[in-house]
Amino acid sequence: MQIYLPIAEVSVNAFLLLGLGGIVGILSGMFGVGGGFLMTPLLFFIGIPPAVAVATEANQIVASSFSGVLAHFKRKTVDLRMGVVLLIGGLIGAAIGVQVFAALRAMGQVDLLVKLCYVLFLGIIGGLMFFESLRAIRRSKSPGKLPPRKKHGLVHALPFKMKFRTSGLYISVIPPILVGLVVGILAAIMGVGGGFIMVPAMIYLLGMPTKVVVGTSLFQIIFVTAFTTLLHATTNYTVDMALAVLLLIGGVVGAQIGTRIGVKLKAEQLRILLSLMVLAVCGKLALDLLLQPSELYSIGTGGSH
Amino acid sequence: MIRALVAFVILALTAPLAAEEVVADLSRREVAITANFDGSDILIYGAVKREETQPEGRLDVIITVAGPSQEVTVRKKDKRYGIWVNTESIEIDRAPSFYAIASTGNLETVLSRTSDLRHKISIERAIRSVGAPSSVENAARFTDAVIRIREDNGLYKQYDNTVFLFDDTLFSTTIDLPANLVEGPYLTQIFLVRDGVVIDNYATAIDVNKVGLERWIYDLAHEQPLIYGLLSLFIAITAGWLASAVFRYIRF
Repeated sequence: MQIYLPIAEVSVNAFLLLGLGGIVGILSGMFGVGGGFLMTPLLFFIGIPPAVAVATEANQIVASSFSGVLAHFKRKTVDLRMGVVLLIGGLIGAAIGVQVFAALRAMGQVDLLVKLCYVLFLGIIGGLMFFESLRAIRRSKSPGKLPPRKKHGLVHALPFKMKFRTSGLYISVIPPILVGLVVGILAAIMGVGGGFIMVPAMIYLLGMPTKVVVGTSLFQIIFVTAFTTLLHATTNYTVDMALAVLLLIGGVVGAQIGTRIGVKLKAEQLRILLSLMVLAVCGKLALDLLLQPSELYSIGTGGSH
Repeated sequence: MIRALVAFVILALTAPLAAEEVVADLSRREVAITANFDGSDILIYGAVKREETQPEGRLDVIITVAGPSQEVTVRKKDKRYGIWVNTESIEIDRAPSFYAIASTGNLETVLSRTSDLRHKISIERAIRSVGAPSSVENAARFTDAVIRIREDNGLYKQYDNTVFLFDDTLFSTTIDLPANLVEGPYLTQIFLVRDGVVIDNYATAIDVNKVGLERWIYDLAHEQPLIYGLLSLFIAITAGWLASAVFRYIRF
């Protein structure tokens, strides 16, 4: 069944979109990530204009994060105070990101920026996760001592300290605001929630306990992506409601199935699979940049304004 | 060339009472883009009206359908710092978003160059680019690229030998509009060509419009972007809440 998307102005198969939403939903349920970093490139591949893909994906992430955060509120694994601090940084970042996006779109470099961001971040995160989980698997085979965790770092030395009771932390607010800011910029440019950057940053940079990380990250992602959606809708007019609805129907159903599959797998196995997937997407995008494209020319409309 | 000129002069002199005229109609004059729009076929048919006996020479019919013209920016990628980056770009100030051309024979032989220049019939003539920046070499390669890309996307099409002409009087053809259409009037022109020279033409328009939900969403997004954004968020939040509620209900 072909469906004409009113904003993207292309006609695509509705079942293809539902299927994509479902598959990415399953993966995001399995690995506890938003899935934006997979969905946005997939939308590029099926011919959705990049600007529409990025803006619409932000809207879809609002739905999946909201669905996820409700469960975390029930389990009381959301650090609201930390969430709000991250959010302040995130909103400023998103506002900067959308402006950068609009400026680069006019210069015709938005594709390049989005792809470069993807290659860079997917490469770093995928690589780190791959080696970390390899080590974890090796460690589980030969049980030994865990590496000692660093207790004091830069986060304790800076001013403006604040108590975060749920996380059991007493740290400066500057690092969380900076983390929020960076993730906010990336969310707006890449059309992702930023969970795959936020989660490691919260664990390794801020030293937050793992059990509150996912809930808190989801909590602030809802607001940042909601804000990004509004900004894209009002500055670029690129949010496609029909596309978002099709993706999120598939997405929310897939996420529930994925969660059940995820329970049956070991954490290290899950992480190594996720890292391989991240590296595969990264590799595909990197090849697009490195190999000579078959068509050197591209057409953009309304680039002059 | 001289023959063409002579024919043209004769045509100009006899224009008020043209010896041969086109009478034509379309199977539909409106195309509605609905949510499940999947392209549309348009049948174009007509006849040649004559007051006197048919003159000597070969008679051909050329039919063109042109989508709304847009200003487009064409960018070229070059290798910089090891990666492929958009570098040069030019603005093409008039390029139809869709262009289909059907004729009774091979377009190159059916239509003379002068007539093509005058009436802008072939795809190359329908695109106009003036004032390409002097910094860009080979501006023509950019227009060629537009034609190539749009031909690959099925937006520019040249169908030779697809207009059926019966007894030099009745003609018909089918133009197939793809699913990825831009809104607006699609100028439809029928050219009557004798020995490579256009002797009469008829123009009309097919209106392509989004209707229903498509129309409503598009208008809202452009006229009330804030409300549209809030509505998108409302749908997303509701869907997220509903999914979580439904699956909790199923689980227990």
